[in-house]
Amino acid sequence: MGLGSLASRTLTSSRILSSQYSRFRPIVTKPGLQSPDASSAAAAAAQPEPTPPPPRKPVGGARVELTNPDDTIEVFVDGFPVKIPKGMTVLQACEIAGVDIPRFCYHSRLSIAGNCRMCLVEVEKSPKPVASCAMPALPGMKIKTDTALAKKAREGVMEFLLMNHPLDCPICDQGGECDLQDQSMAFGSDRGRFTEMKRSVVDKNLGPLVKTVMTRCIQCTRCVRFATEVAGVQDLGMLGRGSGEEIGTYVEKLMTSELSGNVIDICPVGALTSKPFAFKARNWELKGTETIDVTDAVGSNIRIDSRGPEVMRIIPRLNEDINEEWISDKTRFCYDGLKRQRLNDPMIRDANGRFKAVSWRDALAVVAEVALKVKPEEIVGVAGKLSDAESMMALKDLLNNMGSNNVWCEGTGTNPNADLRYRYLMNSSIAGLEKADVFLLVGTQPRVEAAMVNARIRKTVRASNAKVGYIGPPTDFNYDCQHLGTGPQTILEIAEGRHPFSSAIANAKNPAIIVGAGLFERDDKDAIFAAVEAIAKKGNVIRPDWNGFNVLLLNASQAAALDLGLVPESSNSIDSAKFLYLMGADDLNLDKVPADAFVVYQGHHGDRSVYRANVILPSAAFSEKEGTYENTEGCTQQTLPAVPTVGDARDDWKIIRALSEVAGIRLPYDTLAAIRSRMSTVAPNLLRTDEKELAAFGPTLSPDCTQKIDSTPFKAAVENFYMTDSITRASKIMAQCSAMLLKK
Amino acid sequence: MLARLASQRFLEIRQAFRHSSQAFRSFSTALNYHLDSPDNNPDLPWEFSEANKAKVKEILSHYPSNYKQSAVIPLLDLAQQQHGGWLPVSAMNAVAKVIEVAPIRVYEVATFYSMFNRTKVGKYHLLVCGTTPCMIRGSREIEEALLNHLGVKRNEVTSDGLFSVGEMECMGCCVNAPMITVADYSNGSEGYTYNYYEDVTPKRVVEIVEKLRRGEKPPHGTQNPQRIKCGPEGGNTTLLTDPKPPPCRDLDAC
Repeated sequence: MGLGSLASRTLTSSRILSSQYSRFRPIVTKPGLQSPDASSAAAAAAQPEPTPPPPRKPVGGARVELTNPDDTIEVFVDGFPVKIPKGMTVLQACEIAGVDIPRFCYHSRLSIAGNCRMCLVEVEKSPKPVASCAMPALPGMKIKTDTALAKKAREGVMEFLLMNHPLDCPICDQGGECDLQDQSMAFGSDRGRFTEMKRSVVDKNLGPLVKTVMTRCIQCTRCVRFATEVAGVQDLGMLGRGSGEEIGTYVEKLMTSELSGNVIDICPVGALTSKPFAFKARNWELKGTETIDVTDAVGSNIRIDSRGPEVMRIIPRLNEDINEEWISDKTRFCYDGLKRQRLNDPMIRDANGRFKAVSWRDALAVVAEVALKVKPEEIVGVAGKLSDAESMMALKDLLNNMGSNNVWCEGTGTNPNADLRYRYLMNSSIAGLEKADVFLLVGTQPRVEAAMVNARIRKTVRASNAKVGYIGPPTDFNYDCQHLGTGPQTILEIAEGRHPFSSAIANAKNPAIIVGAGLFERDDKDAIFAAVEAIAKKGNVIRPDWNGFNVLLLNASQAAALDLGLVPESSNSIDSAKFLYLMGADDLNLDKVPADAFVVYQGHHGDRSVYRANVILPSAAFSEKEGTYENTEGCTQQTLPAVPTVGDARDDWKIIRALSEVAGIRLPYDTLAAIRSRMSTVAPNLLRTDEKELAAFGPTLSPDCTQKIDSTPFKAAVENFYMTDSITRASKIMAQCSAMLLKK
Repeated sequence: MLARLASQRFLEIRQAFRHSSQAFRSFSTALNYHLDSPDNNPDLPWEFSEANKAKVKEILSHYPSNYKQSAVIPLLDLAQQQHGGWLPVSAMNAVAKVIEVAPIRVYEVATFYSMFNRTKVGKYHLLVCGTTPCMIRGSREIEEALLNHLGVKRNEVTSDGLFSVGEMECMGCCVNAPMITVADYSNGSEGYTYNYYEDVTPKRVVEIVEKLRRGEKPPHGTQNPQRIKCGPEGGNTTLLTDPKPPPCRDLDAC
């Protein structure tokens, strides 16, 4: 009783702001309480124009393109009309209407399974709730997602899913980013009533990358569908039936696919998690930095999750044009190489041949001294695989100011030609490959060179049964591919029409030819390119509406290097070099460097070239600097610094700028904006981030080639997928992968 | 009061543990993952025998040529019969090659169906129906009699490799309950028979086992000499004559 008055007093006091007369209950009369005529008149008068409901924005990344007006139908989601193209499912229609329906087994990039039943919604005139992910939306359908039936269905499904799910949240890596946790909070009931025994399942060994705790599996089959459809390796399957179902490979088989890490993202629960990241961090303590991957030329969009100065993991970002939602294993797991073998102090090799750590002042003074003593034609600079455009610009400027024009980028070969851009870019763009119906792969193994391009080719082959012909050493493909030959002879045969595949190219609507950048290293590369262009001309590959002539680059820096004009004057300048400036160049053949040459290595890892270096200048890795990279299709992207630099390392271009100051040939830029404006005078497309600059001219301008083709068969450009640059070679995870997962 | 409830609950949990082998029955006798052993590993070669290769072609002809996958169940059955009643991993790989799919798809089918044995069974695989109609007619005693007589546990093979006992679901002989089935793998796929022995008693079932051990073929069907097929003892009391034909509808009336 006393409590009651206290309670009412607290209730009224909380509403004190809402009503002036909090202690009085005002007596009002309503129109309906008065005489009937007055009520209806008042009702008619009191109904103002109903304000139109606010426009709803699509959720879940859904976009709708109503290309064909005859094909659009209208459905009603929670009373809200929405126009969708015919063929969309109820779930997709709800996404367009701004309603996010919970789901576990549905994924927009995989086939529909419909086995989790979490997406059940009520559809008028349907006797049962409907699995919205599988039900096609019919015109005039009234879909209700917030009724009691839909809510009860979700609570029931969630209860069933949680029945056999272990109480692992405290020890599960997916905690904090777990679909099951989030959806049970949002859609599940607040209490459980399960008192029986839960089943448990044996863990499967899928390799050094994917950690499996199969007890947590909710059998959504996303991983099975991913492996079958996107990755192309049919390894995973659903074995057994009923509550004893297990996802596994049945026999002990490791997941050797280069896309195997993506099942970690796809799995909605903690059944498949990242083994290197196991128990390292929770997702809320990580800071995500949106940046670009540089381990290959694709430039996959990634998010580096870091905690303090340490990169904890790498996660893909959505980019429909380049990598969709996937990244390769090399991209995902190379981060632990950023912690090993790092160069953190400038070093000078003393008389005994041992490196001694010195200050920047001393190191730069030594380098400048030697540089000024040497003749200009003996100065050589080589940019590395992971160099950003700013540093390559600075290197070229520095060397040009010192009088030398012998600067090039690794991987572009001894005689690169940067005149015509179409000869070193992927002209159809990676997303454009989906329109192709015939592929001719010349000297390139996309699976190991650019796994995301391979995924796109596979997507095209699956969707439209595109034909693929391959010329090169025998390799595994994860789609049907005809092995046409191993060397340039096959190209000549196709060009002259003698090969059966030439008819396939001739009959194709959008033929695509992909030439590998490994061919840049060959002496007869001009002749090979001329032959490929002959095929292109015959097959009408290059047209105003479709350019199918593509070059698949190997390194992240090649495209920008060629755009900036890093073309050496002479092809064997290294043999007579007295001053060699290696900016991250670790895959260069240093045998021919004269013994008395002064080699400066500016890089972030103590990889191969440091053994020959006389001075080491430590620089920042891609995760620590803001740099511009251009990918193989010509799209400029920027990395952002996620973690601070290691030790005394600096940005590459800043080191060169400082060196230029010490050497007395000061470069005219001091800030990032200044060097970028310098870049814009050479290659303005490098400033337009996230935009592709297509090649302006076609083969009409290419000079005739009189070189003879050398009939040596093509070599594989990438020997070991997991170890291609200084970061991956320093990574322990990559070492484990190359020991266990490479096909023997 | 709480202590009593707690101890009651404790006893319930203990009981659940005791019956845990039946709490989550795996529908198949083997695990859902493969463990290599000397006589069951992917490196052992396996192929269909010459006679079976012809049967394989015949089975494949039942299905469209671009859907060879549909033949997976009959081919696995044939492989099982050829290999003495069970499917080694190499047989499943061979079937996968024949129907041109990835091996995992065949593993999925083989683990789904409980009649595909993926561990060794005896030459005579005795299956006792354990569903309700048989159970109330005494199938548990039949099973006990078999297991005691042979000295094995369920799904174990006897030391001479001749017999193993398994449980089956309802095989449709409820009128002649209890019953056992003998899957005879002793003569490969040509001599494969799958016969029901119905109306068995614990004594009779042991006799059948001993007859099989001596290599005889006891007559299958009802083991009650006074019944004919599923009729009652002493002969049918209904359905003694042919059924009356239905009255012919007057087709000219409409």
